[in-house]
Amino acid sequence: MLGTYFTFPELLLWIPLVTGVAAIFIKNARSVKRFALISSLATLVVSIISLCFTDIAHHPEYFYYNNVSYVWMPYIGSSFSVGLDGMGFLLTFLTAFSYPLIFAATYKTEWKNANAFFALMLLSQAGIMGVFVAADALLFYFFWELALIPIYFLCSRWGEEKRIQATFKFFIYTFTGSLLMLVGIIFVYLHTPALSSDSAHSFSLNAFYHATLQPSQQDWLFWLFFAAFAVKIPVWPLHTWQPFVYEQGNYPAVMVLSGLMVKMGVFGMIKWLLPIFPAADEKFADLVIILSIIGIVYASCIALIQSDLKRFVAWTSIAHLGLMAAAIFVRNSSGLQGVILEMLNHGINILALWIVVDIIEKNTGVRKISELGGLAIKSPVLAMFLVVIAFANIALPLTNSFVSEFLMFNGLFEFNKWYAIVAIVGIVLSSVYMLSMVQKVLFGKLNTLTEKAQPMNAGHKIVLTVLVISILVLGIYPEPVIHLTQGTVTDILRSVIVK
Amino acid sequence: MNAIQLIYLVPLLPLIGFLINGLGRKSLSKTLIGIIGSGVIFISFCISVFIFLAVSKEGFTVQNIHYFDFIKFEKLHIPFEFQLDQLTAVFLLIITGVGFLIHVYSTGYMKEETPEGFGRYFSFLNLFVFFMLLLVLGGNYVIMYIGWEGISLCSYLLIGFWFKDHENNDAGKKSFIMNRIGDIGFLLAIFWLLSLFGTVSYHDLYNSQNGFISLITNVNTTDLVGISLLFFLGATAKSAQIPLYTWLPDAMAGPTPVSALIHAATMVTAGVYLVARSNILYSLAPATMTVVAVIGLATAIFAAVIALKQNDIKKVLAYSTVSQLGYMFLGLGVGAYSAAVFHVMTHAFFKGLLFLAAGSVIHAMAGEQDITKMGGLGKKMKVTYITFLIACIAIAGIPPFSGFFSKDEILNAAFASNPLLYALGLGGALLTAFYMFRLLALTFAGKFRGTPEQEHHLHESPSSMTVPLVILGVLSAIGGFVGIPEVLVGNGNKIGDFLSPVFAHSASILGGHQNPHQTEIILMGVTAILSIIISLWAWKKYKGKTAFAPEANTLARVIKNKFYVDEIYDFIFVKPYRSLAGFLNNIIDKKGIDGVVNGVGRSVNYGSRQLRLLQSGQVGSYLLLMVIGMLLLFIIQLFTK
Amino acid sequence: MEIKWYLFLSLALFCIGVIGALTRRNSIIVFMCIEMMLNSVNLLLVAFSKMHLAGVNAFGVEMATSAQIFVFFIMIVAAAEVSVGLAIIVMLYRNTHSIDINFLNRLKN
Repeated sequence: MLGTYFTFPELLLWIPLVTGVAAIFIKNARSVKRFALISSLATLVVSIISLCFTDIAHHPEYFYYNNVSYVWMPYIGSSFSVGLDGMGFLLTFLTAFSYPLIFAATYKTEWKNANAFFALMLLSQAGIMGVFVAADALLFYFFWELALIPIYFLCSRWGEEKRIQATFKFFIYTFTGSLLMLVGIIFVYLHTPALSSDSAHSFSLNAFYHATLQPSQQDWLFWLFFAAFAVKIPVWPLHTWQPFVYEQGNYPAVMVLSGLMVKMGVFGMIKWLLPIFPAADEKFADLVIILSIIGIVYASCIALIQSDLKRFVAWTSIAHLGLMAAAIFVRNSSGLQGVILEMLNHGINILALWIVVDIIEKNTGVRKISELGGLAIKSPVLAMFLVVIAFANIALPLTNSFVSEFLMFNGLFEFNKWYAIVAIVGIVLSSVYMLSMVQKVLFGKLNTLTEKAQPMNAGHKIVLTVLVISILVLGIYPEPVIHLTQGTVTDILRSVIVK
Repeated sequence: MNAIQLIYLVPLLPLIGFLINGLGRKSLSKTLIGIIGSGVIFISFCISVFIFLAVSKEGFTVQNIHYFDFIKFEKLHIPFEFQLDQLTAVFLLIITGVGFLIHVYSTGYMKEETPEGFGRYFSFLNLFVFFMLLLVLGGNYVIMYIGWEGISLCSYLLIGFWFKDHENNDAGKKSFIMNRIGDIGFLLAIFWLLSLFGTVSYHDLYNSQNGFISLITNVNTTDLVGISLLFFLGATAKSAQIPLYTWLPDAMAGPTPVSALIHAATMVTAGVYLVARSNILYSLAPATMTVVAVIGLATAIFAAVIALKQNDIKKVLAYSTVSQLGYMFLGLGVGAYSAAVFHVMTHAFFKGLLFLAAGSVIHAMAGEQDITKMGGLGKKMKVTYITFLIACIAIAGIPPFSGFFSKDEILNAAFASNPLLYALGLGGALLTAFYMFRLLALTFAGKFRGTPEQEHHLHESPSSMTVPLVILGVLSAIGGFVGIPEVLVGNGNKIGDFLSPVFAHSASILGGHQNPHQTEIILMGVTAILSIIISLWAWKKYKGKTAFAPEANTLARVIKNKFYVDEIYDFIFVKPYRSLAGFLNNIIDKKGIDGVVNGVGRSVNYGSRQLRLLQSGQVGSYLLLMVIGMLLLFIIQLFTK
Repeated sequence: MEIKWYLFLSLALFCIGVIGALTRRNSIIVFMCIEMMLNSVNLLLVAFSKMHLAGVNAFGVEMATSAQIFVFFIMIVAAAEVSVGLAIIVMLYRNTHSIDINFLNRLKN
């Protein structure tokens, strides 16, 4: 019924886009808050329905399900075409799932110019959705930038003292990468076969996969695309914007950044980098993997001595993303499957971690790790949540990320034993820094600051319960998700190997 | 076969107990929590007994029970499955049986906790039993790994149970991290298996058609030695062997029943279970077997030496545990798998008993753990004293108590493999006898050395604590009779016969060389007599001791300080790690990488500030520049033609 | 007449204009010098179009005239410039009672 008028990818895109624009005109802070929450819930409902309707599980051979395409710029071979494969379903679901939780978890926070804030949040959702559904390179680039702009304003207008500086750095980093990618896109476009009589070349994803590129051209094109994605992820040593922005940004924006926008980089690498430049992948895989592994160990070391909770979370994220970047380039089914699963899992875990950090800061007024302590006495429920989330972050079995990290390490091991041996040190280091943090924040005696800590409110409890349940469910029975994304993995690997 | 169909209930019940106690810890009363916590384990125990009976029936074959697909795509298939065989059945009995007794004991020991803390404690304890059962029931290495890490988690939570004190938290953290180091080995071994065979299920790896057996000539030995060594790395962490043993003594920071359940009876034997489960793999890799035997023996002696000079009642028992685990690995390393499992069982009885009795002492002493401040407790605490005595006799290897039979079997096998191993093992066993009777004498004999208030407070523990002691005491005394050596009583080694199907392949690979009967009897006699002599000597030496001078000679001080291993580790690993972290953060990241990034920004800033000076506002200079520029263009045009 | 004489004349005019614009501080004189430069170029254009390009181009337009149209463009632009420029000078004089061109660099502060 729904599908006859709209298709799911379009709905996922239009709901946040239209409501985002509409939100600007709602001047009342409370109603705009409610409006944003309802809008994001509507997106979530659509996403869940889309998952129910999908029969991709039975037909993994369809790379594109639900693909629609409208004439947009026929003379240059670009069309407004959107579609979803298994990975797309998963990531749009993650996006749709995260926003209501972000809105709910920060529902009590008051914002100046609330209408602008929520409008930008919804627009960023539209941008991220667009990146995940785009099946046309120009459209992909368009949404890639569209997602960046609202985040730029969100981070620069609401946040801590040095937010402008931090956001500026972030913007320069990502924008440089994006421009390099644009050059790459245009070059690849000029080497694509024509798909219609209107134009000599085409921007469609399919045309990009069949572009005729010499290995020597791939060598430098690879790095142009890689730059854009690697900055977002971030791959070591392009990471320095991240701790700074996370520290200075406001919580909802940072949640979007770390939960979803970094996934855009991973997604881009899997879908727009690997299959287009197979020869270059082969050539540079080792280099990228080594960089990523350095990143894992490096970030794990630094995370241990962070004093600020927000910076701490930033570094843990860099460590996890390092593993994901390495696992992308092993280019085998176990590694890729692991990465795709980890995108969902990491999104959930880091969102949960941010919410807990937000609660701690709100309830105690501090987020210096050294100034906290004994919160488990004051707020046992929060302690329970944090312990579960911390253990999910260090990939304890029966939590979600165990499965994905297991698959990623397995892929890495298949690729090269020694890489796996070095990278796996990361799981020891992760337990070192996570447990140190948990110990300093939760355990020990109360001090003057934590004595006055407020208890958790019911809204936070509900949000965290939802997250913890999804952590456990995905950890105990990950098979449906694996099944959903199997087709993507097969297809990506086919195009990586065939050419 | 009915009981086997209910096998999923065995781990499920503790999990349900965990959920009820964990979520209802605020609303349930302490009695109810205690009943639920112990009750679920008791039901699991009953089912385990039925399962054991079913397994011991004639004609039982290994059962694989497949529940759902945990991970499945392309070639990779890791189901959530259980495997039931004799080894699992024995471990099920030990875990649920000893676990139940310790749960009952805990209801008495933890009585002074707040209801919430009480609920938390029992939920963690139930969760631990769940993971431990998952570990032994799992039908493949991944399921085993789930249990493997799960018990680390519970151990972490329970060691740091009194979390207000950072010392406890540090101990918990240390235990988790050291176990994680071992987990690396376990995981890498799993990946290695997957890349070789594409499966991790026991029934694929260890059946007679494919897996290791089929590839016995094809698999090159690097793979076999590599995988088995990596698994052993996991085992050294979990079972506290050199070099990863230091967490176990620290783990004594937790409540004493936890030390009994987790750090003596069950969790630490997971490493033994792992090696026993992979016995075929180890039998195919003789190099690893040697490593296992040597590390086991070294740990056994090293820990026993440290235990000689410890004054904390729980620390002595902790080092004793490390040492006994060393014996189990010695057994595994010389191919006496069933002897090692037998020792796991008897050790669970007497070490569980020792810890519980120690808990009873600590309870009576109001938290005091220093044995130099005890003495003469035997008069006030008869039940504790007698049961502790039984356990000491058992662990010292004095016949006919349980420890004698299991230890003798291991030493006997060691002699068959290499007499030197036997000699050193015997030395370690005598050290055990010495420090255990020293502990017994200092605690229960002589005069009381504590404060008058403590003396006044002394009392026998409530029956919820003493009944488990008595039961374990009986088991420690007679538990050895299931494994009487063949030379003494024909068909006496019931447990060996029971487990033999599990180790049948290994036996055929190793080809088992046995000692002549005469040698075996002589060895047995030597061990027994020497143990008795040493025990009596230690008892005599320490029973009247009143004054404790600080250790005079250097060696004694070094031993007392545990050979400074913690300090050495701290110096080699922890400190450099911290300073590396600081270096990376402050120098490499802030100055190096970020310096470059900011440097780019700064140079752009600097450059534009310099260029700005050209904009002087003097119209004349603009014009001049313009003219110069035009002239330059002309010149360029001229010369590039 | 040969073209070189036109060239010499316009070159001389241009150089006088440049030197005048560079050396003088009186803004009106600078302004006049700029005009002189423009006109020297105009002269050049007219001369070239007369001497060199006779004939019709591909569009059927006589080329000589098409070049001369540029002269008109320049003259119109110059006229517009004069009106704006003179207005600026008048305003400058009103504000500062001076028409010294270097006085304008105060704008930068």
